[in-house]
Formats: sequence, structure tokens, C-alpha cells
Amino acid sequence: MPALVEVKNLKKYFETPRGMLHAVDDVSFSIAQGKTMGIVGESGCGKSTLGRVIIHLLESTGGSIYFEGEDVTEVNSRQLRKQRECMKIIFQDPYSSLNPRMTVEQTIMEPLIISGRYAKQERLEETERLISMVGLDQRFRRSYPHELSGGQRQRVGVARALALHPKFIVCDEPVSSLDISVQAQILNLLQDLQAQHGLTYMFITHDLSVARHVANDICVMYIGQLVETSPSRELFLHPLHPYTQALVSAVPSIDIHRKKERIILKGEITSPVHPKPGCRFARRCKYECKPCHEPQRLEEVLPNHFVACCRVREINSL
Amino acid sequence: MMMSKDNAFLSVRDLVVEYTAEGQVIHAVNGVSFDLERGKTFGLVGETGSGKTTIPKAILRILPDPPAKIRGGEIYLDGVDLLKLSAKEMRKIRGRKISMIFQDPMTALNPIMKIGLQVAEVIKMHNDITWREANKRAVRMLETVGIPADRFGEYPHQFSGGMGQRVVIAIALACSPELLIADEPTSALDVTIQAQVLEMIAKLKKEFNTSMVMISHNLGVVAEQCDDLAVVYAGEIVELGSKEAVFDRPTHPYTKGLLGAVPTLDEERERLNRIPGMPPDPSDLPAGCHFNPRCPIATERCGYEKIDLREIEAGHFCRCINVSGPEE
Repeated sequence: MPALVEVKNLKKYFETPRGMLHAVDDVSFSIAQGKTMGIVGESGCGKSTLGRVIIHLLESTGGSIYFEGEDVTEVNSRQLRKQRECMKIIFQDPYSSLNPRMTVEQTIMEPLIISGRYAKQERLEETERLISMVGLDQRFRRSYPHELSGGQRQRVGVARALALHPKFIVCDEPVSSLDISVQAQILNLLQDLQAQHGLTYMFITHDLSVARHVANDICVMYIGQLVETSPSRELFLHPLHPYTQALVSAVPSIDIHRKKERIILKGEITSPVHPKPGCRFARRCKYECKPCHEPQRLEEVLPNHFVACCRVREINSL
Repeated sequence: MMMSKDNAFLSVRDLVVEYTAEGQVIHAVNGVSFDLERGKTFGLVGETGSGKTTIPKAILRILPDPPAKIRGGEIYLDGVDLLKLSAKEMRKIRGRKISMIFQDPMTALNPIMKIGLQVAEVIKMHNDITWREANKRAVRMLETVGIPADRFGEYPHQFSGGMGQRVVIAIALACSPELLIADEPTSALDVTIQAQVLEMIAKLKKEFNTSMVMISHNLGVVAEQCDDLAVVYAGEIVELGSKEAVFDRPTHPYTKGLLGAVPTLDEERERLNRIPGMPPDPSDLPAGCHFNPRCPIATERCGYEKIDLREIEAGHFCRCINVSGPEE
């Protein structure tokens, strides 16, 4: 499968009063057509910023972004408008991401109007099709967001993203604010839509169980950097980076007979402002040693399994 | 009483709580009963609007009245009915015998008060000691939860979420309460920090022999922390039992649905079990079994019959007429 989306050495820095904040620092990966890439990490690791830079909601500081093999890092406003039709985003909070003064129909129809390709009647038909596609009752067409539940609102967000037949959708924590039973409904919906329309997803989440469920491949981020990436099953069976190992071990399990060894990390995530060279996890890592303070490179340790840790082979006796 | 145990430390009997809003009556808690033994942890699991947060607030009697009203029931702590105590007597119990850990440390702490003083305040209030002594004990308490003494004079905004939650825990444990209520104590935290905080709560709980009621929507957290649990739906307990009973032999269709709806790291699930529909509106609950409109095995009787919690095996209760016994 050719890569639909590829990023190379992507960087996004923010200037803050305290100094340069390295939100995304030298990240490279690619997502194959029709697949789901899960981006996992804790708050402040830069996963949402990464999603926003890829779809040009934020301007990158360095590196390049390719879409269908074409360099789209620098685009003028006309190209951007065209590109936005192919790349969409679903936001975390369906309460703040919908305009409270627009009805469901107006919200979903807005991208159709902007595209200028639909006559009025076509727009209405297309909106109706999108509403049923996401499993929302047609009677909600004239409803405002406050009249809907969280799950229904998120369906509106999905329908809006699907307008204009995008190829790539960034899902930024789309189920984090939903109850378990509703979360399952939305996850199943996203899976069905992917199968029906050959969509490619970048699925950003802090919930490892959700990532494992939806993603074909996983990228683990820590303070702006990629520390490990591999196919999803491989990553959860054999996490190799000490941070990933701690992260996976920390997830509470509903299997009460499974006794697993929990790795309790010391300390907390450090500041992404002016990070020191070297492994950013070193301060919390029990394997910390001198070479950890040199810059780390993502290396293919096992087939298709990349890890940025100088002691990875030694730690995992590979 | 159906499942009263004589040795129960906390015993909640037929608790009914209603809210009145704009002339509508919201049935938040509809006859909830459970027991907690000394030193044990009891979990309450449910989704938004299930009433799982109203129950602990009723125990502490911190529900805003109006709009909330405790309409019936008894809450025995060590044999004393808390609902019969005067406001003054209740104030002595809060913080001293029962204390609570809230979900969001940043709203639970006073933003313009030094964190050390917030811990010392509780100690001073419940003990006949000087401020100097209270401060000293507060420093010790902060160290117990892993906050160095030199942060005593800092304000909440200088703390991260995880450290803030440690302060909240220090306040809750400052007077060695006998009962600790933790309402989603780690839901606002990242998973590695959640692991740190849960480990610490478990350790301190053991050290002080504290009993705990833990409220969570995260089934994994409950599976790891609790001895017994109740699954709450529309203000009622639909299933109650030991952790082993409920997780190994879930019986109520809602419990089974929930367990099938969560993605897990342990097994691959092609598709998540989908519970259709949404939790009901507590001001307009469906007749009969409140779960019947979403239930895969509902029969006609479920639509009108009042259904009781029934013991299906020793200590394992289920509110459903269409299941005979626990399934492996």
C-alpha cells in the first residue's frame, strides 16, 4: 500500500515567554491508504499539535508533509482550500466544536456550500445522506447542539467531517468525553465508515485500549518526540521502549485474574520548553545512563518496529 | 433487611434522592442499599447521570438543598444514622470520620490559599492543638503523599494535576478518617500518574486501615481497586457482588453490555459490543425495568413490572427477571 500521508522531520515550535516550546520535534512517519495510525501519549506530548500541523490548522516550523506523494508543506490559500476537502478533523469535545447557533443541518451543509459544487437541492439531499450515514435520526435536522446528547453531537461532528468525501481524517480524542456505551457506538461507526469508504485515519488518543482497538500502527510520543512505532499488535505484545513499557503496564485491566507487573514511574512529564538534547524520558527512566544524554535516533530494532533508545537491545536482551 | 450484614461499617439502606428543577422531579437515586466492611473498598460503577456521584454526596450530606432532597432511607456509619444527625454533629463527622477525594484537584483546592495551610486547616479544625502543631502535622502529611516540605507555601496553580491530587489526598487523610470516599479520583490524570496515585491510595488505605467507597466510570480501575462493587443504572443498583462475582460471572444484561463495550489491552475485539440507545432521562424514566428499552433480552413483562434485586448466588445480586443464575 502506498502512503497516503507522510511526514518527514516535522517540527512545530511555539514561542512562549519562557522560551521556545518544542511541541513537535523531528517526527517522521507515514500512514498507508485505508489504514489507521494511532498516536498515543500523555497530556502535553504534542499529539494534538501534530494532528493540527498535518492538516494545516497550524503552520509547521520545519520538515515536510506529503499527501498522496505530493509535497504539501507550503500551500497557498487556493491549494489549501482544495486540500481541506481531502483532509478533515473530528474534535474531542462535541460541545465546543459545534457552533451553538447553527442547526445540525446548517453545520453539516456548511462545507458543501463553501465548496461551491452543489446546487441547493443537491445540498439538501447530500445532507440527508450524511445524516443517515452516521446513524442520526432525520428528525434532528433542525435541532441545535444543546438539544443533543454527547454521542449525537459527536455523530454530527463525524457527518460534517465526511462531507465532500475526504480521504484522510484526523480523529483527535473523538471518544474521550463520551460514556462507555456511547463510546463503543462511535468507535464502531468510525470503523464501519472506514470500511465502506476506504478512509485513512490518524487517531489521536491518550487511551491505549482504544488505540489498540482501532489502530493498525501506533506511534508513541513523549514530549514532542516519537519514542516508539510499530504495528499495533506488536507494540502491545512487545513494548520495547522503557516509556512504552511503563505506559502499557499502567493501564488498569478488567481481567481480575491477570496479575501484571506494574512499572510505577517516578516524577512527572518535564517541560517541553528548551528541552535538553538527549532522551527526554531519561530523568524518569530507571535505565538512565550517560549515553542517554546524547541525541537518540529512531532505529529499526525488530522488523517494522522502531525505537528511540540507546539501550533498547540491552534492556530487552535482543 | 435483604442483604444487611451485621459487621458492616457503612450501611446504606433504601436511599432515595430527588432533584427538583424547573418543576420537574429528577429521580437521581431510587432505593439504593449496600454495605461496606471495615478496611474494604466498595466500588460504584455507572455512566453519566446514573446517580453514582449523588450517592456519596448523600452519605456526606453535602448535596445542595434545594434542589436536592434526600427523600428516604438510612445511612449507618458504625451504627449511627447519619441522616438523623444535626448539621453541627455532621460537621464533626466530615473530615474527621469521613472524608472525600474529588475528581478535579484544581477545583477542589482553594486557589488563593497556600496548600500547606489547606492541609493544616483540616487538622486544626478537628484537633485541639495550636496552629504551630497543625502546621507540623501538615508537613508530615504532605511528605506521606510524596510532596517535599519546601512546597508547603506554594499555591495550587504551581502544581501539576497529579501533584494537586496528592494535596487533595493529603487533606482527605489528614485526620485519619475511617471512611474515605473517592469520586473518580484519577479520571483527570494521565495513565502513568494515575498508576502512581492509585498505588499511593492503596498503600495509605492499608496503613490507616481506612474503608473506602470508590466511584468510577473506569471498569479497569474498579477491577483493580475494589473488593465489592455495584453497577448503577438510572439511580438503581442493577448488579452487586464481589469483584470476582461481577467480573467473572456478570449476569445483568447492562453489566454484560458494559464489559463487552470497553476496548481492552488483553484481548483483541474485532467489534465492540454495542449497547443501543442512550442512558435514560432521569426525569422521565422508562416504566418497569429502566434498562428495558436498550436490553437485548427484554420481554413484555420488563416494560411494566417492578423488578427487585434478587440474590442469584451467595452475595451476588441482580435486578433482572430474565436471567436464572450467574453464567460462567
